[in-house]
Amino acid sequence: MTNSKVDSAHPYIPNTVPEVRDAMLKQIGAESVEELFSAIPDELIYKKEMAIPEALAEFDLSKHLERTLNKNTSTKDVISFLGGGCWEHFVPAVCDEVNSRAEFLTAYAGDEYEDHGRFQVLFEYQSLVAELVDMDVVNVPTFDWAQAAATSIRMASRITGRKEALVPKTISPDRLKIIKNYCSPDIQLTFVDYDEATGKMDLADLQRKLSADVAAVYFENPSYLGFIETACKEINELAKQHAAITIVGVDPSSLGIMEPPSRYGADIVCGELQPLGIHMNYGGGLSGFIATRDEVKFVEEFPSRLFGVAPTSVEGEYGFGDVLYERTSMAQREKGKESVGTQTSMWAITAGVYLALMGPNGMKELGTTIMQKSQYAVQQLDKIEGITASHFKGINFKEFVVDFNGTGKTVKEVNEKLREKGIFGGIDLSEEFPELGQAALYCVTEVHSKADIDQLVEALQSL
Amino acid sequence: MKGIIRNQKVRNFHQAKWDEPIIFELHQEGERGVIPPHAEQDITESVGDGVSVLPEALQRKADPKLPEISQNRVLRHYLRLSQETLGAAFNVEIGQGTCTMKYSPKINEVYAASPKVTALHPKQDDATVQGMLEVIHNLDLYMREISGMDYFSFQPGSGTQSLFAMASIVRAYHEANGEADQRDEIITTIFSHPSQAATAAVKGYKIITLYPDEDGFPDIDKLKAAVSERTAGFVVANPEDTGIYNAKIKEFTKIVHDAGGICYYDQANANGLLGITRAKEAGFDMCFFNLHKTFSTPHACGGPAAGALGVTDQLKPFLPGPIVEKDGDTYTLNDDLEHSIGKVRSYHGVPQNILRAYAWIRALGAKGLKQVAETAVLNNNYLYHEILKIKGAGAPYIKGKRLEQVRYSWEKLYQDTGVTTEDISRRMADFGHQYWTSHHPFVVPQPFTLEPTESYSKTDLDEYIASLTHIANEAYTDPEKVKSAPYNSSIHAVVDQSPFEDPNKWAVTWRAYLKKTKASN
Repeated sequence: MTNSKVDSAHPYIPNTVPEVRDAMLKQIGAESVEELFSAIPDELIYKKEMAIPEALAEFDLSKHLERTLNKNTSTKDVISFLGGGCWEHFVPAVCDEVNSRAEFLTAYAGDEYEDHGRFQVLFEYQSLVAELVDMDVVNVPTFDWAQAAATSIRMASRITGRKEALVPKTISPDRLKIIKNYCSPDIQLTFVDYDEATGKMDLADLQRKLSADVAAVYFENPSYLGFIETACKEINELAKQHAAITIVGVDPSSLGIMEPPSRYGADIVCGELQPLGIHMNYGGGLSGFIATRDEVKFVEEFPSRLFGVAPTSVEGEYGFGDVLYERTSMAQREKGKESVGTQTSMWAITAGVYLALMGPNGMKELGTTIMQKSQYAVQQLDKIEGITASHFKGINFKEFVVDFNGTGKTVKEVNEKLREKGIFGGIDLSEEFPELGQAALYCVTEVHSKADIDQLVEALQSL
Repeated sequence: MKGIIRNQKVRNFHQAKWDEPIIFELHQEGERGVIPPHAEQDITESVGDGVSVLPEALQRKADPKLPEISQNRVLRHYLRLSQETLGAAFNVEIGQGTCTMKYSPKINEVYAASPKVTALHPKQDDATVQGMLEVIHNLDLYMREISGMDYFSFQPGSGTQSLFAMASIVRAYHEANGEADQRDEIITTIFSHPSQAATAAVKGYKIITLYPDEDGFPDIDKLKAAVSERTAGFVVANPEDTGIYNAKIKEFTKIVHDAGGICYYDQANANGLLGITRAKEAGFDMCFFNLHKTFSTPHACGGPAAGALGVTDQLKPFLPGPIVEKDGDTYTLNDDLEHSIGKVRSYHGVPQNILRAYAWIRALGAKGLKQVAETAVLNNNYLYHEILKIKGAGAPYIKGKRLEQVRYSWEKLYQDTGVTTEDISRRMADFGHQYWTSHHPFVVPQPFTLEPTESYSKTDLDEYIASLTHIANEAYTDPEKVKSAPYNSSIHAVVDQSPFEDPNKWAVTWRAYLKKTKASN
């Protein structure tokens, strides 16, 4: 079914009404619409009709989209244990209400006087995340954790004038790809090895690799593989001995119960906002933040927009604007700090709403629940013959490596069987970390019930 | 009853003014906004409190100082602030030139909010996301038609990230040919987006910027002088922010190709070109479209957005992975690209925007897409024609028709009255309009950039023109009125800019504000 009216006036294009179009052409002294394109040489004019299906009217479009999307199986249709950088969490209804408001959804880059509300909510988001990480400066967020980490490393390189960064070998391979491409060609990334038993950073290797060329030591807490890095102070002290900057990537859902990295010496903290009230969206829900102390040497190196508060000409009003706008590529083109443009402001607003709803108690309860449920899952899975959970001996947050080497089955085979039972098993690590053999990264958050975990255990037992 | 007379030429507007506190000021100890899921009793009995296993040093000692607020009050706060935000759905959104502010259809929001999109995990097995992969693949096919390119990746999360991906591909291409060290320059133009130069610089390139000739075209002689065995690439928009189409573009791309460089086309905004002219025929090796501009996905206060990055077959092996491929009736993800730059954004970019753009194209079809371009250009030329009649307004460079936007100038008005384009920007807020000056540096003096898109009717355009006319008249009769604006906005003018420049005053967070104002309070 096609919309036979499309040839005259399309619902999205008011001036397709022929009479209006003719009147406008007449007003500007043009004979035809084609005349408006006379600047384009004839050899460059596309003379065919594009092979794109005919227009669908709204009802037909909705049927088509529904049919197409119904081919997807969502994590709501099954029990999913997938995480690894994008996680299933509880999303309060107010978060969706606010981020679907047309006022916010369709706004863009207006000034303070048209978009005062947008400036205030982004300032508030910065302020709320600042409390979580206990630092005084937070940016309008970038694309994702990976970009935030990459920019943090570039900031450290500019501050120190050095061209090497140390990263843990346990970093997410996808995240590493992004950081690597973003830092090349001028910043070299060097792996720091990990302890085979615990996954934690090998401090002797760190010491070997630190030098006067190292701009930054980057590590994550919790790590991609779920374990908690406990030698944070020692890592920071070693970095400082070589005047390198300590950058820590965090999952903010841990910060109601875990010390923020600023308390163990981190100079730059970055991480992912998606756990804070944002749906996964097949990865489209990611958003990366960067936080620092309020020191000129850090603030002037941010490429991002930083909204600051200021008085207006009327007492009692809060006004807002860009702090150190001259830093940015919008002001200085290639002489600005990296580049800035459209990133993920709507997710910043959403994360702000989430933190305002949760408050300190909500964040503490969230962290506690994740710890309890993931520990329960490890405890139960470990009872299954041939399976070791968790592979790394230590404490985990939210995620853990399940070792299937003793089962004689590949993770791929296990996951296929689980899928038949309505379960998405953990991320297959056999290609990402071949040294672990057949192992998978399982994720348990506050959304998983005891029954969900028990069902997983039962399904694995029956394989 | 006597009829109600409504003959005002400009809108009698006042923006919402809620005088809302900063959210921390709403704190009331003990209030709760939401209660997250807790562990069941059985779990607690099995594992205990879950937290004391953490080493003492890593247990959070002081709770984060987040406010405690009831749910209703949080919602009211954000809804009030939403009302103080002039989204495109509310105004004749033609003032944010270069941003292609168009109607974002509501039907697309319905499906973008479906759990069949929002609750997908990016590492799900391909077999469980066939609907989403089908959408990505089909959008790729449509983009190929629109551009003439051979393959698209939708991984970039914005125009800037698309430009960065393209600069990365340029480098990887020359690396593969062993020429990366020698080819260390990228050429761009001053009327192109700042991110073109900025992203190429991040990839280590020296930037050569071409300025316009007297008609506003990038200077071809300067290009000839700029290319050499050091040229890695050439990036340009066409038309640029001026709306002037460079008819010699094919000569430009040939000059760069002859020197061994890659040509990449910034089509962030291609709104005047759909079905009219394509990147391929103009000689480009790569192009990108912003799905949040030409393809209607909402701008979301500044993202998440999405870039569609198209390349010729020659450059396909360099794309960020994975890419979607079709094998019979099955869609798969292919991450095996020989020279891939790796990744620029996690996973598959912003799939909810890929869906929205797909839906928008399906609602228009090939004919509708061409109508978009034709109407956007008609609207722009109508606006241009009428704005040149306003006292004090002008548009430098070549006379004659422009494509989808124009960079105008209030230089005459400024010389006559002292009123600046920034003053006019604040005054436009009083009539419910967005208004944008231009990117820096201001090559055109006292600039403003308008782009009416296809979404606005003649009546809408007339309203915007009437507001500008009204303000220009004010500038000539009562300049102080314009300079002291706004009057009907949510707030008044921030006059003292030092809190944005002075380290002792700037406050990027509420806690920093409290520290820095402590002495005075």
